[in-house]
Amino acid sequence: MSALLEAEGVCKSFGGLQALSNTSLSVAQGSISGLIGPNGSGKTTLFNVMTGYDRCSEGEIRLGGESITRATPERVFALGVGRTFQITRLFFRLTVLENMLVATQRHEGWIRAGVRGAGSTAERTRALELLEFVGLARLANSPAGNLSYGQRKLLELASLLVADPAVLLLDEPTAGVNPTLINQLTERIRELNRAGKTFLVVEHNMEFVMGLCQQVTVLHQGRTLVTGTPEQVRADPAVLDAYLGGADDDDA
Amino acid sequence: MSVPLPVRAVLVALAVVILSVFPLVFSNPTTTSIAFFTLIFMVCASAWNMFAGSSGYIALGHAVYFGVGAYTLTLLANHLGFAAGWGVFALVPVAGIVAALVALPTGLIALRARRHTFVVITIAFMFIFQLAAFNLAFTGGSSGLQPPTPLWSVKAYNDNFYWVTAGLLLVTVMLTWLVRRSHFGLQLLAIRDDEDRARGLGVRVGRVKLTAFVLSAIPVGMAGGIYAYFLGQIFPQFAFDPLFDLSIALMAFLGGLGTVFGPLLGALVLESLQQYFTVQYGASQAYLIIFGALFLIVVLLLPRGIIPSVQELIGRWRARSSRQEPGPEETGRTGDVIGAGVR
Repeated sequence: MSALLEAEGVCKSFGGLQALSNTSLSVAQGSISGLIGPNGSGKTTLFNVMTGYDRCSEGEIRLGGESITRATPERVFALGVGRTFQITRLFFRLTVLENMLVATQRHEGWIRAGVRGAGSTAERTRALELLEFVGLARLANSPAGNLSYGQRKLLELASLLVADPAVLLLDEPTAGVNPTLINQLTERIRELNRAGKTFLVVEHNMEFVMGLCQQVTVLHQGRTLVTGTPEQVRADPAVLDAYLGGADDDDA
Repeated sequence: MSVPLPVRAVLVALAVVILSVFPLVFSNPTTTSIAFFTLIFMVCASAWNMFAGSSGYIALGHAVYFGVGAYTLTLLANHLGFAAGWGVFALVPVAGIVAALVALPTGLIALRARRHTFVVITIAFMFIFQLAAFNLAFTGGSSGLQPPTPLWSVKAYNDNFYWVTAGLLLVTVMLTWLVRRSHFGLQLLAIRDDEDRARGLGVRVGRVKLTAFVLSAIPVGMAGGIYAYFLGQIFPQFAFDPLFDLSIALMAFLGGLGTVFGPLLGALVLESLQQYFTVQYGASQAYLIIFGALFLIVVLLLPRGIIPSVQELIGRWRARSSRQEPGPEETGRTGDVIGAGVR
């Protein structure tokens, strides 16, 4: 399997803090990859750099071999990379269905997207199908702000799917979600993966990551520590050190 | 949201009828001139709201485009030798276009900032333009400019200006309604709620915001042109007036920010009230105290504005009555979700 989304030698610092130093990551086409690491290890920063929200000072991001290092978030999305946020972000004053319709302009020019009506019948049908898929169809007309935390996570995921991105970057999809919904989420991700979608998941929930991902990358203090199968990662002593604080670790 | 479609259609039809028979019923020049000024502010508040209400960017510098429209019409009418009369109204669209051309660079600069910074930059632009109008040669400095004055009878004068402005109002409201129905309008609302996430969903936020900004400057510039022609004179302090900025924002807040009809209601209430006070008690600034008090009451009692608050009230009342007598579900609406956004 070839790499669909790659980060190579990425460096990013905020003032004196080196958030990412020479970090590399590769997400294979059609895979579910995991990105784990202790708090502050640079997972979300890497996400931001990969999706255009932050610029890296060195290194390159590639999508299907093409560099997207300098692309804006709008452009990255148009190229087929969708992301969710660690703190779930929705358009809280819009209805659930309206939230679903925002991303529909992915394949259009901005003028074309501007002059047409909001949501053709086909788009609405598709949006409702996807809401059905994540179990939110009956809430289509209520404001997104009324949803529970778990439902918000599902809506955030579903609203990306409208635009049919090739890769989905999920930032802590299970944080604050109850176990039943986590199972549902796992099922949905597997189902989408079978349909050809590639995933990169940042997670603290080890059970979720180890059960779902085919490949896991561990970040520690902005560096790529290990990349391998869940079994390899679990058995690696360096990973244990990173999480629990080893002898050579001064501030973990 | 909770006003059903047929009721809404009836209300709109009623408003159009009142708009079109008003000068036929009330022929008193004082009344028709109040009506004219009210229409001017309805146009401006509505256009302002299309940008600011939808995107959440509270611009307080639309007086720039009002003033640019006013000076454009006056300068062109004078220099191109337009005879006073209907012909000058042909310059109104030009005033709108020039206002849009000015809105393009000013909007581009101001929209690089967000929230409070954006507000301050727009205010700064307004004062820069006022200062320029005071000091440039072609604007006539503090003595201002006089466009040609049509030799119509007092009644015809007011009526003609009323009809032109009413036409502009219809077009403006239609435009805001179309924007609201469009995907563009949805993108604006998405930007209001979370601009960064909108970017992550492929919304070209820079272009969308700027387009809305420029679009909203056009009716304001046209209204400025009509306003200058009506008054027969234009001065920097009235063309670029900080009170204008505050007034249209207040009108939109009072009626309901981000709604299509809220700013119209707000302008109707505030501008007619202000004109009435001016007529009754002279051109004192006393009305500002009443404006302030009214704004305080609105913020305390109806923080979201009249129209959303009334809708909420109706919704709650319906929910209660449907609970008492089990009937059809109160949310029996289907397929009108975006349409429901036209509050």
